[in-house]
Amino acid sequence: MTAPALTVHGLNKSFGSLVVANDIELVLPPGERHALIGPNGAGKTTLINLMTGMLTPDSGQILLGDSDISRLSPDLRVKRGLVRTFQINSLFPHLSALEAVTLAVCERRGIAPAWWRALPAYRDAIEEAYAILLSLRLGDVCTRPTRELAYGQQRLLEIALALATGPRVLLLDEPAAGVPREESAELFAAIAGLSKDISILFIEHDMNVVFRFASRIIVMVGGRILVEGTPVQIATDQQVREVYLGKRHHV
Amino acid sequence: MASASSAFAPQAYLQAQTRWRAVELAFWLSCLLPFVLFPNYLVLASQIAITALFALSLDLILGYAGIVSLGHAAFFGLGAYSAGLLAKHGWGEPLSGLVLGAVVAALVGYVSSFVIARFRHLTLIMITLGFGLLLHELANKAHWLTGGADGLQGVRMWPLLGAFMFDLWGFTAYAYALIVLFAVFLVTRRLTNSPFGLSLRGIRENPVRMPAIGAPSVAHIRKIYTLSAAIAGIAGALLAQTTETVSLETLSFQRSADVLVILVLGGAGRLYGGFVGAIIFMVARDRFSGLTPQYWYFGIGVLLVAVVMFLPNGILGGLARLAAAWRGKAT
Repeated sequence: MTAPALTVHGLNKSFGSLVVANDIELVLPPGERHALIGPNGAGKTTLINLMTGMLTPDSGQILLGDSDISRLSPDLRVKRGLVRTFQINSLFPHLSALEAVTLAVCERRGIAPAWWRALPAYRDAIEEAYAILLSLRLGDVCTRPTRELAYGQQRLLEIALALATGPRVLLLDEPAAGVPREESAELFAAIAGLSKDISILFIEHDMNVVFRFASRIIVMVGGRILVEGTPVQIATDQQVREVYLGKRHHV
Repeated sequence: MASASSAFAPQAYLQAQTRWRAVELAFWLSCLLPFVLFPNYLVLASQIAITALFALSLDLILGYAGIVSLGHAAFFGLGAYSAGLLAKHGWGEPLSGLVLGAVVAALVGYVSSFVIARFRHLTLIMITLGFGLLLHELANKAHWLTGGADGLQGVRMWPLLGAFMFDLWGFTAYAYALIVLFAVFLVTRRLTNSPFGLSLRGIRENPVRMPAIGAPSVAHIRKIYTLSAAIAGIAGALLAQTTETVSLETLSFQRSADVLVILVLGGAGRLYGGFVGAIIFMVARDRFSGLTPQYWYFGIGVLLVAVVMFLPNGILGGLARLAAAWRGKAT
């Protein structure tokens, strides 16, 4: 049996008396697509911040494959293959989409420190960036400054930037946040089409999307994991219906 | 549409963006004009070139990496005193003086970069300001070494390359400063068009996202800060050598503030902004300080307010927008 792509073990974090992560245990097997759901304030984004090193946990362990990455800085975790996107666009407003993705490719390839050769000399890196943009159907707008792109295109660029880093595990924080329903299906189709070499954990509120794309669902409430299971198990779980889905009828 | 996008060549597109433009060549050629048009103002021209080089060094950190400094004169002064002291103590060869100025400034820049790279915004302004004041005061107190408030006297330069004496009319001084400016500019132009330059723009645009794409921002910042310090050191060394004296003013807060004003006036993040700003600032100072020595800065103040209000990207940014609009109309 191969090691899980990502393992979180006994992760805790509190701000004063507010416990935002309470003994989190999480296993993401290679190639899987898991959804992380829960009401607002459940600690989903905080968990991503803890896993990627943007917040320091009080205790606990994060393993990428077999290796412990708990003490690495955020950029080194990315280098190892643990990559996230942001719920609120965090892009480079004045760089063109092509420049932004090329930047990420250069950082991964280790050529970013090179200051004595012009960027066009690195043809492979540029072509790779362009191929990523094409695969997300951003080819036509790739020379436009990021701030001029349509919102949906900016959401795609978020993913393009993450892909350019060569991820093994991708943490998508509400990739379709703010995107109209029709476009969101398209966006998730693009995510579903990603290579199975990439294991994905995504936060999403739209239950239709979650039940369609996730092989397993993790439900978080109040900083702890309430229950974890297959979509069918979660849909019929009484606890989940009470605390998360409420009285409304779903699925 | 599909055929159009498949015909798009991303590398060629990026290559075209780094190509030399006609207006750039025109600018550098026009830098030769003072030799024939204003032979009486070559001393001023040399000081403009030196200020432009200093502004270029600030542009690398402020315009490209978004690092604000109110103490950049520290490196200018370090370069000036290093080159001045070397010449005063018996080695007046200009080029080695430049190298020494660059190395000393770079060393101090490298050490301070460990602090600089960890902060941003107001904290950074205060740290750089404090560091600048500190160095100024140290130089003031170290009278035995620097001459204190009297300035460093007795700097004697040997002829440039053993052949060109530094003359009273500033002919050698301007030629020397201009050649050094151009050489350093070529390096910075290459740097800003490199993968490293792209990473710097990434830091300026979104420092929070950089670690999330695997970028070691702190290492990048340390590197560009050291390089910027070295270039500021070269500018300071040039001033020491061409004026054959070093005053405390080279380390002053005023000089740090002036170079910031110059860069903002001209437009940060486009290499040439500091050049345009330096020309306007230095010529204005030369013209108006004769008329109203106390109040010449009033005009600069008005200009600065007008520029930041109406041309947020400086004079060059405004011109670029105008040119873009013109081209849009033409097609």
